[in-house]
Amino acid sequence: MSLDRVARERLVRALAGSVIEHADELTSLDQAIGDGDHGLNMKRGFEAVLAALPGLADKSLPEMLKAIGMTLVMKVGGASGPLVGTFFMELGKALPEQPSRADLVTATEKAIEAVKARGRSEAGQKTLLDVLVPVHAVLAGGGDAKAIAAEAAQAADRTTPMQAIRGRASFLGERSIGHMDPGSRSASLLIGAAVETLEFEVNT
Amino acid sequence: MSSLRPGNVGIVIVSHSPKIAEGAADMVRQMVGDAVPLAWTGGDVDGGLGTNVAGILEAIETAWSPAGVAILVDLGGAETNSEMAVEMLPEDRRARVLVCNAPVVEGAVIAATESSGGSSLAAVKRSAEEFYA
Repeated sequence: MSLDRVARERLVRALAGSVIEHADELTSLDQAIGDGDHGLNMKRGFEAVLAALPGLADKSLPEMLKAIGMTLVMKVGGASGPLVGTFFMELGKALPEQPSRADLVTATEKAIEAVKARGRSEAGQKTLLDVLVPVHAVLAGGGDAKAIAAEAAQAADRTTPMQAIRGRASFLGERSIGHMDPGSRSASLLIGAAVETLEFEVNT
Repeated sequence: MSSLRPGNVGIVIVSHSPKIAEGAADMVRQMVGDAVPLAWTGGDVDGGLGTNVAGILEAIETAWSPAGVAILVDLGGAETNSEMAVEMLPEDRRARVLVCNAPVVEGAVIAATESSGGSSLAAVKRSAEEFYA
């Protein structure tokens, strides 16, 4: 996979757009079980990412991902800044400039491990890991873009009946059951946007 | 807000609410005067409730002491952001900054009291964390 400058810019716009367009939805999910700022925080972070274009797209893919991660860490605030930011930064550290699918599998796994360490969390605790981990399994198993996007959406849905063990929602105990985890939803949006862009690049 | 006694462990207070962070810092000042380097930070980058890494880095710089810095945090995001900030410090400073697992107000007062007596960073952290032991 080789992403030229135009493709990198398209990727950044798609990632940012997916979060910014759904900011209200993310906020209402977070109002149910969190402190209601997830949409606003993520929007602020990705607006800062957009503001860094076109400079971001001038960088190599690994450097661009690291810079996106750093921007999210500094701008998002809340726990989601370091978590999502760490994912991007680690992905950037682990990926070569022109990654193969195998590179993507390995790098994603490293990034997921970093998110686990940062949040001291595992899948099954109603966090973004409940999307990242199953999506990685589909990626590693050879699933195509459509299968990856579908798994991301379904995995976010599957957080609805879970009880939160980590994060603000865990304060609610059993009352966190019955609401989709906002962090899972934003992760699924980002993955959906990424695979759609990458599929476009592969097919054109 | 930094003191003239850089030999003591510095204290950083991180709350989602700038008012809580500032209020806790006021309490610490009343208890220990200027004996410890002290800084607080609170709120997101837009001034709303939350915490932000840049603010935490700045507070660590303000409260910097060769003896190290103990950070007191309120909720999960403050802890995650503080850990992120510590990792972003220059390598020679990283090991000398510790995030305490302690209540922010009581922990800050106890940590500062311990620090004002010249205790080590480990001892300062331990006494703050005794609240949860």
